[in-house]
Amino acid sequence: MCTYNTETLELTGSAKGATGWFRATNASVYFDHPVHHPAGHALMIDVLNPERGASARVGLELDADSARALAEAILRTLASVPAQLIEH
Amino acid sequence: MTSDLHAYTTEISGFAGDPIEVYTAIPDGATFGSVAVIHHMPGFDEQTKEIVRKFAAHGYGAAMANLYSREAPGASPDDAAAAARARGGVPDERLVGDVAAVAGFLRSQGGSNGKVGVIGYCSGGRQSVLAACSLDLDAAVDCYGAFVVVDPPSDHPLSTVSALTPILGNLSCPLLGLFGADDQYPSVEQTETLRALLTEHAKEFEFHTFEGAGHAFFAVERPSYRPEVAVAGWNLIWDFFGRHLS
Repeated sequence: MCTYNTETLELTGSAKGATGWFRATNASVYFDHPVHHPAGHALMIDVLNPERGASARVGLELDADSARALAEAILRTLASVPAQLIEH
Repeated sequence: MTSDLHAYTTEISGFAGDPIEVYTAIPDGATFGSVAVIHHMPGFDEQTKEIVRKFAAHGYGAAMANLYSREAPGASPDDAAAAARARGGVPDERLVGDVAAVAGFLRSQGGSNGKVGVIGYCSGGRQSVLAACSLDLDAAVDCYGAFVVVDPPSDHPLSTVSALTPILGNLSCPLLGLFGADDQYPSVEQTETLRALLTEHAKEFEFHTFEGAGHAFFAVERPSYRPEVAVAGWNLIWDFFGRHLS
């Protein structure tokens, strides 16, 4: 099925896509049919800069276990960093 | 039947007069019925263009709009799909306008017999039913379209999709439904609900639910592909369009 539901968020950072580095301003997260990963469904992450056009994108297609492991690794990494190093 | 064909990409005016990209394939030297192909959510991709050419090889004029033309002109299909998704997807009203434009484009071709059917896969399956309930068409095929009789299990504000139950009585043409028994969206229960509603509305339809298949059994590049079911499904499509578009 196409799930349609999509989480979107704004973010600050950089990403390296098919044409090189770009400022990342937005992301979409959803669980749907992948383009490349050989499975019926995958957890999809698009890191985007819509102002730079549709090709300013880094796409990830992960199976559910991998997506959870990645999310937990991100949170563990951030939790282990001294608070004074984290800029807001 | 295998026809020589001419395939090309062009631009037509879609919903609200917007320029939209269209991929079309026309059989050589014959009078033909036509098929408007609706791509799946991953976009205006190589696999769906192959389906357009397959229809032309079987003697049908075929064309498919790039439903993401507005969000991402010229982008690769996966980038365009991501851009469209981030903006909330394809509104139903816009889809209907774009399919109407494709149908008009096909009817205007020199060899057209004036008849146009519509077919869609996955999200396009629902959109095929939507188009057939909104436009005057001659035949429609729904390949495992979800959310025809139930709303998506999400009230996310970006979701533009809802059940088509309120408009099923407007179905303008015969409907062929091809479904997998192992699919959950649409589930067998949901397709049986659709069957009951179409019967109630006295609409002409035929449904086939294949054992051993789930969702996307036509998709040759995906693990969901079921060769025997896909062959059987294509034969049902040739029979159905042969009866209604000739």
